[in-house]
Amino acid sequence: MSEAIDTQGGARRNGAEPVPSAEPLTIAGRTLRSRLLLGTGGFPSLAIMAEAIAASGSELVTVALRRVDPEQRGSLIDVLAEGGVELLPNTAGCYTARDAVLTARLAREAFATDWIKLEVIGDEDTLMPDAPELLRAAEELVDEGFVVLPYTTDDPVLARRLADVGCAAVMPLGSPIGSGMGIRNPYNLALIREAVEVPLVLDAGVGTASDAALAMELGCDAVMAASAISRAQDPVRMARAMRAAVEAGHLARHAGRIPRRTYATASSPDAGLADFS
Amino acid sequence: MIRLNGEDCDLRAGATVAAALAQLDLSPEAKGVAVAVDGEVVPRAQWGLFALADHARVEVLTAMQGG
Repeated sequence: MSEAIDTQGGARRNGAEPVPSAEPLTIAGRTLRSRLLLGTGGFPSLAIMAEAIAASGSELVTVALRRVDPEQRGSLIDVLAEGGVELLPNTAGCYTARDAVLTARLAREAFATDWIKLEVIGDEDTLMPDAPELLRAAEELVDEGFVVLPYTTDDPVLARRLADVGCAAVMPLGSPIGSGMGIRNPYNLALIREAVEVPLVLDAGVGTASDAALAMELGCDAVMAASAISRAQDPVRMARAMRAAVEAGHLARHAGRIPRRTYATASSPDAGLADFS
Repeated sequence: MIRLNGEDCDLRAGATVAAALAQLDLSPEAKGVAVAVDGEVVPRAQWGLFALADHARVEVLTAMQGG
């Protein structure tokens, strides 16, 4: 962690150039060159957070809304502004549509953004979304002009309902928040890809780079990572790994993988084989 | 008595939202801050005018690392 903060793009000096052919992602008219969204929670320090954000190449990072603590004059907003990233406020900690809607309105007031990562939690142990409350809050916030990005379960029907009420993207979990269990049901994620046309962002459960690559290979448009990076032993290195994985998965998805087969298919020709008998 | 971020504070009925912010060492120009009174957003433009009623519950929020 002795490297200086490079706000010009920390990964570039390490040779991790963005893939030139990767087309940008557009959500609600905003173009993002990076398909990696970052959470800001859990980093050991603001300096390491800033370095990891730069290394990740991410342009959109989430923040939570909490009571002002007069003892702690953190400069989170300033650090993020220096890094040149956009804020995506979340409604983390809300258990009802009412609280989530109010939190979204406060976030709009505080950060002058209509974008909201909508979280309505239904269970404190699993942090799984409360589907009816989530849908209710999404509908209300869309009506109020918000660009709503809901954290949802990996249920294709709920994802479609969220898209139908006007959400700008859907953000299903791969496994519980912070669990690092990866994508427990890749079939559902693939079904969600078929069910909605809005951008699909894998939200929770990413543990390591291969999880992010798999999400992209399954058809996600982007991956959101928080704890997987911030709580890694070396967050900056993991941020680089996630960036590379998202780019690799995206390329692989669009390269068209070979079908899976039960038996081998020789990659060397039979013709011209020597006869040693 | 007025509740400010979950605690009783020295303000009395009639004090403005701006006065409540001052209790937290925040100026009306503070960046990245939003205020709710009794569950409703008070826009920044009204901070100097909005008078708090007795027993008002004031929430002053800002960005924290999360998500």
